[in-house]
Amino acid sequence: MVDKLNDDIGEEKRLQLWEMMLKLRLVEKKAYDLFLQNLIKGTSHLALGQEAIAGAFGVALKQGDYTFCTYRGHAHTLARGSSIEGVLGELMGRQCGLMKGKGGSMHLTDVDKGVMGSYAIIGAHLTIANGTALASKYNKTNEVSVCFFGDGTTNIGAFHEALNMAKIWNLPIVFVCENNLYMEYTPIHEVTAVEHPAADRAGAYDLDKIIVDGNDADEMLRTAEKAIAKAREGKGPSLIEAKTYRHSGHSRADPGKYRPDEEVKDWMENKDPIKNYRAKLLDFNINEKIISEIEEKIKDQVEKATEISMASPIPEIKEIYTDVWANGGSEWHN
Amino acid sequence: MAQLTYRASVSLAIAQSMRKDQKVFFIGEDVGAAGGVFKATVGLLEEFGKERVMDAPISEQAILGAAMGAAMTGLRPIAEIMFSDFLAVCWDIVANQIAKTRYMSDGQINIPLVIRTANGGGSKFGAQHSQSLENWSMMIPGLKVVAPSCPSDVLGLMDSAVKDPDPVIFYEHKSLYAFKEEIEQTDISIPIGEANTLHEGKDITIIGLALMAQRAKEAALILKDKHDINAKVIDLRSLVPLDLQTIKKSVIETGHVLTVEENPRLCGWGAEISSLISEHCFKNLKGPVTRVTTPHVPLPSADILEDNTIPSVELIVNEVIKKLKGE
Ligand SMILES: Cc1ncc(C[n+]2csc(CCOP(=O)(O)OP(=O)(O)O)c2C)c(N)n1
Ligand SMILES: [Mg+2]
Repeated sequence: MVDKLNDDIGEEKRLQLWEMMLKLRLVEKKAYDLFLQNLIKGTSHLALGQEAIAGAFGVALKQGDYTFCTYRGHAHTLARGSSIEGVLGELMGRQCGLMKGKGGSMHLTDVDKGVMGSYAIIGAHLTIANGTALASKYNKTNEVSVCFFGDGTTNIGAFHEALNMAKIWNLPIVFVCENNLYMEYTPIHEVTAVEHPAADRAGAYDLDKIIVDGNDADEMLRTAEKAIAKAREGKGPSLIEAKTYRHSGHSRADPGKYRPDEEVKDWMENKDPIKNYRAKLLDFNINEKIISEIEEKIKDQVEKATEISMASPIPEIKEIYTDVWANGGSEWHN
Repeated sequence: MAQLTYRASVSLAIAQSMRKDQKVFFIGEDVGAAGGVFKATVGLLEEFGKERVMDAPISEQAILGAAMGAAMTGLRPIAEIMFSDFLAVCWDIVANQIAKTRYMSDGQINIPLVIRTANGGGSKFGAQHSQSLENWSMMIPGLKVVAPSCPSDVLGLMDSAVKDPDPVIFYEHKSLYAFKEEIEQTDISIPIGEANTLHEGKDITIIGLALMAQRAKEAALILKDKHDINAKVIDLRSLVPLDLQTIKKSVIETGHVLTVEENPRLCGWGAEISSLISEHCFKNLKGPVTRVTTPHVPLPSADILEDNTIPSVELIVNEVIKKLKGE
């Protein structure tokens, strides 16, 4: 039963979160459709099923805050307010893409929105996110940096280097481990010394052990807000382990056959963050009409953005030679 | 007029940049309180305090990652990697992240940072603390590669490197830290990408970098005194960007070229220069472009072994004589 009298989140924010998560879900689904039509080339890693994590942070963060995500970063990018056509256009290699086709699915970047890049070499971006946090501290501003990564990432050295540095320098940063139980095709528990890959390591860096149900959007929002507030107040870094599950395979090429059918079914049917949140909104007596109107609005936005992306020209070949250097070019000799 | 060592010019160059721009800070292992393992950063902590001179843990990835992230916001970090050999443990941050982020982001992100590192042999430190690794960074689009050969170049090139909107790897040569020079003006700027002529001559062009440029100059003095050969010695100062025009101009005059590299033979920078010369100056050549490098071996440690691995002045002299006189 929901406790409507002591509701710390409230209808307005819940609807905001609903709209956000739904957008992430529908864009990812659209991305999947576009692959099937061969309109998206290369690889791509969907966050279907993990929307509550990026969504909650999207709602909790402010303009000016910095986020860093992985190759599984379409959702995290959209959650900061990047345009749908910017994301889909990039996946499709069009001029309207966020980086005009220079980066692709795994490197979505939108600095105006605080999206400081999507990183495809495991672990690197934890160290880089420390750098924007360090800059906020150096400049005595109060922006917060947030860094998303997977469970598998906790086993690379950069994870440990980054946590130690964030702690010793008391950096305004939130590390968010999305534990979807698998690193690529291997169950995380088979290759990790501890049960909770991030949370069980927190103590080594004098950080609190924080484990949250990453598919419970309300809980995710509360956890995000708390950690962000802590960082903003100058009280240092947090490490959050959010338990979740991806609905699709690791990447485009992966049917995900290494996962037991029962397990997949349970997460899809009983633990889907979107389905469960819709039910929760109804429990809170939010008018179903409002909920559906938002659904229609997002569907419409996704369709329009898809049309814009498909109509957008492909990049000009001369773009190959631009923007290696700050002077806009790529010359290396006179 | 003051006599300045290469070592002292490093700390002075950093200090000058930090005095000029509040956005500049310095991060590395043992760089603050200890003043650096080569004592090239003595006095910086005292002058600028802990906020701007940060002693970091032994976490090369975290050091360069933090420097990169800070640079992405517009700060201008100088990060030290104690020995260039240690770049291997953070090469992802250098080669995949720092070098490529501007391009992949379609120019949304600039990374104005300087990685300075102690490079090169001569100290008998063995194969993991003596390498000349400019080649590694030269191969990666998006990195500028600077290697000063004297105190004034340290001052002038560091000033430009810190102001540069792109990432610069600044290779300081360990065997040059004690090198002295009379310097009139310390607050100077030398554009990155302009080679320097260390010795004038029209018989042969010798191209070197850092310690090898200084050895080439010594060789040129001997060649002139004892063998009546006038060698032009070009100190490249930077591999990226490369001053091809200066090379071309000299090769057109001399028709003979020798590159002098401290790295092992394969894929050394001299190979790229040799290829550029054959493309651009083929008709001017009077013979093949030849290269002096270390043999293709890891660097050994014992005096006699290291000394016979790294190209010496004598070796350069002999190579030139062999080329020009066929002896
Ligand atoms: C340094 C490095 N090693 C290996 C890979 C290949 N790889 C890409 S994703 C991945 C799995 C990462 O798992 P996890 O951190 O749990 O993130 P998830 O994909 O589940 O979101 C691997 C091994 C890589 N990109 N970088
Ligand atoms: Mg995972």
